Amino acid sequence: MEKQIAVEARGATKIFGTGEETVRALDDVSVAIRENQFFTLLGPSGCGKTTLLRLIAGFELPSAGDILLEGQSVTHLPPYKRLVNTVFQSYALFPHMTVAENIAFGLEMRGLGKAETAKRVEEMLALVRLGKLGGRRPAQLSGGQQQRVALARALANRPKVLLLDEPLSALDLKLRKEMQIELKRIQLETGITFVFVTHDQEEALTMSDRIAVMNFGKILQIGSPTAIYEHPTSRFVADFIGETNLVEVGAAAPANGHVRLRFAAGNEVEVALPEGVAPGGRATVALRPERISLTRDAARMLTGRIDNIVYFGTDTSFYLTLDDGKPLLVRVQNREGARRSYEVGEQVGIAFRPDAVQLLRD
Amino acid sequence: MADVAMKPVDPVRALSRRELRRLDLAYQPGFKPVAWFCILLLYAPILVLAVFSFNENRSVTRWTQFSLKWFRDVIANENIQAAALLSLQVATAATIGATICATLAALATTRTLPYRGMGLAYIVINLPLMVPEIVTAVATLAFFALGRVVLGLDLGVFNINLILAHMVFCIPFAYLPIRARLSGMDRILEQAAADLYATPWQSFRYVTLPLLTPGIIAGAMLAFIVSIDDFTISQLVAGPGQTTLPIYIWGQIRRGITPATNAVSTIMLVVSIIFVSLVFFLGQRRRR
Repeated sequence: MEKQIAVEARGATKIFGTGEETVRALDDVSVAIRENQFFTLLGPSGCGKTTLLRLIAGFELPSAGDILLEGQSVTHLPPYKRLVNTVFQSYALFPHMTVAENIAFGLEMRGLGKAETAKRVEEMLALVRLGKLGGRRPAQLSGGQQQRVALARALANRPKVLLLDEPLSALDLKLRKEMQIELKRIQLETGITFVFVTHDQEEALTMSDRIAVMNFGKILQIGSPTAIYEHPTSRFVADFIGETNLVEVGAAAPANGHVRLRFAAGNEVEVALPEGVAPGGRATVALRPERISLTRDAARMLTGRIDNIVYFGTDTSFYLTLDDGKPLLVRVQNREGARRSYEVGEQVGIAFRPDAVQLLRD
Repeated sequence: MADVAMKPVDPVRALSRRELRRLDLAYQPGFKPVAWFCILLLYAPILVLAVFSFNENRSVTRWTQFSLKWFRDVIANENIQAAALLSLQVATAATIGATICATLAALATTRTLPYRGMGLAYIVINLPLMVPEIVTAVATLAFFALGRVVLGLDLGVFNINLILAHMVFCIPFAYLPIRARLSGMDRILEQAAADLYATPWQSFRYVTLPLLTPGIIAGAMLAFIVSIDDFTISQLVAGPGQTTLPIYIWGQIRRGITPATNAVSTIMLVVSIIFVSLVFFLGQRRRR
């Protein structure tokens, strides 16, 4: 059964400033987020991901377009009438209240009874594993603990959708890893739709059910983490998520939804034509460094010279310059230990399977 | 607030104690004499005034013997009682009025989207601080006279004339600390309240106001002290029989200073010290 749509943006546009200095923070963005999903908005700073989140929360009014919660337009509802809650980047805990009072705030504002509120606060403290700290003030807690309080305060209201604005960015690496697992556990336990904003591609890949990659106020691609990583459709997505090589190829006229690509070494590969791609003579393909390998055989796709070899323990990176002068990275897993089979300065061939080739739109 | 593990290394802490001392202004040669001179300059006159209020003799320059006689005189003096009462009434009413106005003004100049004329509003609110007091005094007097002649309003009833005049110059004193507190408060907290279903009023009542309270108390205190202390405006605006404490003291001095005048001043001093200490300790307890 298809899951219901929890949040939807239709043509959402947000323009900041007036006159000459307008900024299109969000440019005609449409996205539908289904229930119980861990949905991530991923992009560099200034790409509009936080603006989209603030439109959903109700802190900003869209310049154009519509925001829907469970099919109902909420575009003109103030934040306090929307059944969504936010975990802020700076946590925004009320400093004059205890942890328990912070968590109870939303429940009290909605007029929930005293006994029920107290019970819910206990539940939340247990959920985020802060059992005994209910009486403390936020200033007496560590960053990680404050993070959990912010999460508990938002979740206590059992919102339809939980919005998380880069909630882990202020934590150090170890704590961030812990909280990633913790967030995922809580999302699975509560079944609440999470809309998570981050600029950290690794965070997005490990936690999300679906990812929307954004840049310059537009959504470039929406898909599962594997789809986003394995099949990027644009140069930006290929480059932003993980490491990638962008290679120019010749393209024949497409036929039956397939297209033949000709690589510099002369070999041809036939690939399925992704949606919205119309190559005209030339095209760009993305090749992940771990999906290509070096070869001395004549059967090769590209040719280049090894400039540098860097040993990383689990794998070794070969930095090459192709015949057309472009750089290329090949990563080889060290399955047989650090055996050096290639030398710096050597002319080598590059081989890969056709399914390693990802044709890009631009 | 910031995460513990992210805290950058404090460059000052890395220095040794001796190096620290060399950087610290308090350890520069000549710092102590200068400091003592300033303190002397600030407090010597007040100390002399307080000491001579305990003088048994009529003179305020020649010490003879310790006595509480002048304090007894002052407390028994019905004119002083009436003046003190009037000053307290006016100061209390003016403080309440000015603090409310100042709080609203501070909210309107920090908690809204920037609007055309916001800078101007800020200047207009603070202008009474810059206008020479005598100008405000004359203007207020003329204004009230106009009201009396044109509209037949007698503002002398319930000391409304004094209260209004005091409110005017108290507003900027109350406004500045409140505004300072508000602009230091992150607006994200109010957004968080709205996100947690608080209406704008609830968000103000449960988040903004409690956090603003120290600023409001500081502003009210300042307003109260400048009101109690005001002479120039009160002297011009006050009608017959409206004798505030500063006006009374001024009247007494013209007939020659006696230790009774000193005693009144000492009482005012002690009252304000108690007042300030109280607010300070209340603030300390709140923080704990």
